[in-house]
Amino acid sequence: MVERKTSPGVESGLTALAVSLRGVTKTYDNGVMALGPLDLAVRKGEFISLLGPSGCGKSTALRIIAELSAPSSGAVRVARHQGPEQPGHGIGFVFQEPTLMPWTSVRENVRLPLKLAHVPKAESRARADAALASVGLADFAEAFPRELSGGMKMRVSLARALVTDPDILLMDEPFAALDEITRFRLNNDLLALWRSLRKTVIFVTHSVFESVYLSQRVVVMTARPGRIQADIRIETVEPRAEEFRTSAAYSDYCRRVSAALAPSYSGQSTL
Amino acid sequence: MNAQAAVSAKPSGAQRALRFVLPVIVFAAGLLAWELVVRIKDIPPYVLPAPSIIFLTLIKDWAVLSQSLAATLLTTLEGFVAASVGGIALALLFNQSRWVEASLFPYAVVLQVTPVIAIAPLLLIYLEQQTAVVICAFIVAFFPVLSNTTLGLNSVDRNLSGLFQLYGASPQQTLRFLKLPAALPYILGGLRIAGGLSLIGAVVAEIAAGTAGAGSGLAYRIAESGYRLNIPRMFAALLLLSLAGIVIYGVLALVSHLVLRRWHESALGKDN
Repeated sequence: MVERKTSPGVESGLTALAVSLRGVTKTYDNGVMALGPLDLAVRKGEFISLLGPSGCGKSTALRIIAELSAPSSGAVRVARHQGPEQPGHGIGFVFQEPTLMPWTSVRENVRLPLKLAHVPKAESRARADAALASVGLADFAEAFPRELSGGMKMRVSLARALVTDPDILLMDEPFAALDEITRFRLNNDLLALWRSLRKTVIFVTHSVFESVYLSQRVVVMTARPGRIQADIRIETVEPRAEEFRTSAAYSDYCRRVSAALAPSYSGQSTL
Repeated sequence: MNAQAAVSAKPSGAQRALRFVLPVIVFAAGLLAWELVVRIKDIPPYVLPAPSIIFLTLIKDWAVLSQSLAATLLTTLEGFVAASVGGIALALLFNQSRWVEASLFPYAVVLQVTPVIAIAPLLLIYLEQQTAVVICAFIVAFFPVLSNTTLGLNSVDRNLSGLFQLYGASPQQTLRFLKLPAALPYILGGLRIAGGLSLIGAVVAEIAAGTAGAGSGLAYRIAESGYRLNIPRMFAALLLLSLAGIVIYGVLALVSHLVLRRWHESALGKDN
């Protein structure tokens, strides 16, 4: 039942797709159906958010795209560049928690994906330092994770995801545990990175405001089993900056996305 | 460390000095009282020797005692190394295969719960004495290493495992860069317990062997001095055993602290 293809580019119509899910479902061993059937197409270079209530399977969808979890049925296609890199390097993953190794330095943490791919030490160190510089942490390469604040740890995690120069960046509620000011700053930094690097980003969140601020497309999911409730394109003047947060268009989009999300919560008790 | 430390968030220098000085004062007072009681009541040394006599015996018999100390320490070290290597290796094997774990773990428990003092005489029948003594130290000490290492290897962060999987890490890479470092605090905890236990194992086996008469360790010296009613020497040997135990614990605690001080909660100060 499960079809999984990795190809240089999944051509569909005129635009190349980075990720395509068709009829993907996930049923856990205990019989709980967590996801789907889900159909999702993400174009190359697109920034989309998966928005939905807790437990709607959006993280599961992300794990399936990353091949950390196998779908119970359906077809998953992920376009990757076929370079000298090891498999898996077309994808960078940022978890909910920073997920850093506490026993080693920030540089070693960022270097890990390259080390696992047997990239020579000098080259991997240089690339790790460059990735750290891109998230504004060039001075903290020698520090240990526990010496950093929550926001800085998340930046390290982002640098580690970027160090392999992946085509696709998967982010699983990465800023959920941060305070609002730090979160806003990281939102802006992420947008700046996306504009300069032009990666495909799939961003899972349960914040309406975050999803509208960041993405070109907000995909609203239903409660479990997660399916697509609405697919809303956010069109505004690029590049976005803080002004967008306070604009009328922004609040208008937030209202529309909230309205689309409301049915997903209707069956649940008050949260 | 104690109730006082928990209450005062940041002990001042004077308080810290007191915490060190107070036990020393208690120790000195105890020794003084002991010495006085023995002198005033005129208790003969073969009933209860005064601390001064024990100390003099320690110096006078140093040639014999130091040799015994070296013998016991060597046995302890051999048992400790065997227990560390064996415990960690077995835990790694368990981690690779659940079937191996299911087959062997019950026997590890049996070995642990059977009192070593009861096994020692049997081992002494079948094995050369020195080998038997080392094996006793090993039997007593290896279980905490095994169980702690197993616990550590199973405590790896789930997301970090996912990360290694995502980047296509080989089993060897996962073991070397993820599982072993993650298990390190647990392994070191196990080693700290094993250090003291291997000394106990060595002493127990020496006492069991002592009746056979061929031993030379400190415990053998204690048993032998007991038969000869040389009580001051018994105390002197006991003092050395105690000191050896304290030093072993201190060294292992220090190693653990030095290895973990940059990252693990257990080695960090309270205000970090």
